[in-house]
Amino acid sequence: MPGSDPPGHSGRTIVVAFIVRRVIAAVLMLAIVSMATFAIFFLIPRALGQTPEGMASRYVGRDATPEAIQGAVKRLHLDDPILVQYGRFAQGIIVGQDYSLGPRKAECPAPCFGFSFNNNQPVWPTLLDRLPATISLALGAAVTWVVVGVSVGVISALRRGSVLDRAVMTIALAGVSLPIYFTGLVSLSLFAYTLGIFPGGGSYVGFTENPVMWFQALVMPWITLAFLYAALYARLTRAGMLETMGEDYIRTARAKGLKERTVVTKHALRATLTPILTIFGLDLGLLLGGAVLTESTFSIPGIGKLVIDAIRSNDLPVVLGVTLFAAIFIVVANLIVDVLYAVVDPRVRLS
Amino acid sequence: MTTPAPESFLELRDLRIHFPTEDGLVRSVDGLSFKLDRGKTLGIVGESGSGKSVTSLGILGLHKGGRAKISGEIWLDGEELVGASADHVRTLRGKKMAMIFQDPLSAMHPYYTVGAQIVEAYRIHHNVSKAVARKHAIDMLGRVGIPQPDKRVDDYPHHFSGGMRQRAMIAMALSCDPELLIADEPTTALDVTVQAQILDLMRDLQSEFNSALIVITHDLGVVAELSDDILVMYGGKCVEYGTAEDTFYRPEHPYTWGLLGSMPRLDREPTERLLPIKGSPPSLINVPSGCAFNPRCAFAGRTEGKATTEVPQLLETDGGHLVRCHMPRAERRSIWENEIKPMMEST
Repeated sequence: MPGSDPPGHSGRTIVVAFIVRRVIAAVLMLAIVSMATFAIFFLIPRALGQTPEGMASRYVGRDATPEAIQGAVKRLHLDDPILVQYGRFAQGIIVGQDYSLGPRKAECPAPCFGFSFNNNQPVWPTLLDRLPATISLALGAAVTWVVVGVSVGVISALRRGSVLDRAVMTIALAGVSLPIYFTGLVSLSLFAYTLGIFPGGGSYVGFTENPVMWFQALVMPWITLAFLYAALYARLTRAGMLETMGEDYIRTARAKGLKERTVVTKHALRATLTPILTIFGLDLGLLLGGAVLTESTFSIPGIGKLVIDAIRSNDLPVVLGVTLFAAIFIVVANLIVDVLYAVVDPRVRLS
Repeated sequence: MTTPAPESFLELRDLRIHFPTEDGLVRSVDGLSFKLDRGKTLGIVGESGSGKSVTSLGILGLHKGGRAKISGEIWLDGEELVGASADHVRTLRGKKMAMIFQDPLSAMHPYYTVGAQIVEAYRIHHNVSKAVARKHAIDMLGRVGIPQPDKRVDDYPHHFSGGMRQRAMIAMALSCDPELLIADEPTTALDVTVQAQILDLMRDLQSEFNSALIVITHDLGVVAELSDDILVMYGGKCVEYGTAEDTFYRPEHPYTWGLLGSMPRLDREPTERLLPIKGSPPSLINVPSGCAFNPRCAFAGRTEGKATTEVPQLLETDGGHLVRCHMPRAERRSIWENEIKPMMEST
């Protein structure tokens, strides 16, 4: 029972203990994710009857000699028991791996996700290379959709049933339902190729290279991606606001003589935004692992584009790398959200 | 401004609060009038849905801007509030009139500390620094009997027990020395032992602040403890009004008899049954024709058929004692003395 535990010092200890618990859970989660990913890429093919040689043949190219394939099996230890293989895989991620055999040097420093089939580059640096584009896209869109979605949701809730509310909610329904490859292509054709206001697809440049062009190239992807999420957040915020505005503590706030604006922003919005924060963290974590559709539509060289290209060309190590990478983002986002939630909602700290 | 300002501190004149809904017009409060002076306590009694809470929210102006249709007059300290602007009434809320809500767990914001919520209430009406307001909050918590108020001020509502939360709620309501205090079911959510403490506390604070107090409850024990006057509401109307003594010892309305008969009492034999009021409260959309209480009234047959055809008037029977009933005064008194009272006294 929530009895009488004094605040201050012990309250802080509870928060710290809570955070430590969540961090441990997150690390465990990552270990499980790595096992699951490993199983998908190595265990399931074996279980379906794929031989070590068959798997190795993908690593050496189409017209490889049996000797080359045997060499690859040895080099990649594909004939070891599966647990040993997983140990090696995990070891590679934590401390790095040396695939050198004879004169061929192939060192893979930690975190090692192997080498791309396509260009023999180590996967991890490639991922890091693609990350800025994805971060630019995800963060810009996130700011847009939170600001737009939450404000629209609040206004809609406060003017419930008005023409504005209905119009906005209809647009939001469209936003939730229309896929990005549709809205993206329509806006590309309209604003880039017909009107010429924004540059077309494939015009992304790094922020450090040219901030103005970086911004111009990203405006449309931001808006397209944000439209989808803003619509979702507007609906969530509206529903949450409507519920919160009916709470007893809102009546209390009014009975104190607070201005309606303060009642809405300080009392109602605070309670409404807390659950939305959770969803936001997860959505952002998911997008940081690659906004596949948006990046493909606008040809932004981010992680999502990387993985789509890798899947098309059967580039297993890259697909595996992106999968794990994306999972890490989601787990970390989850962790941050949990901790933030404990800061925002004082009732969470007890449980 | 239809009529001159009254002398009483608070006066309601023919207050009507109606809510248009898809099913029809809900007449939550339908022509309610009463007066209340500083330092006095009025108990408003009735079942759920009788219009008690709607009345109190109406006095505070919390229906303004909503769907409610309000007519009549509310005079508070020489000012008429029904016609006043919503923003003006807002400046009176908290300072001139304050409210203690039932169930303080849901009535306090779960994300802010108790202290922060009192500080906020105080700073709306007092232009002081947060530090000064915090000292005031600690002071108020101490006055309502919360131990270690300088520590508890930083606790969240869920850290408090039910009784402590209600005390904190009272501290918040009293933080600006309101001249009118409305307590809506202040003890309903509490243990019996805590109820008595809270009632004592409210009585003490009222005499200290000399405020006018309205206690809204369905518990006659609570009003008996606190009130000078009692107003019994049924179907949005006052059916009986009088001093606490009149209402308890010489009640004249069959509904009041029912309320008294439904109250468990220690001095009755355990084998004896309570005398519940049959049926349930009326729909406020289709109020029964004639007297709203007639379908549940055991004495409706003694009104020469007027019970179902004619709305009874609220008439004075004695000095200040008002009753809304078709039965002649002599008959009501004889029924009370000869039929009801003996049944309620232990055999």
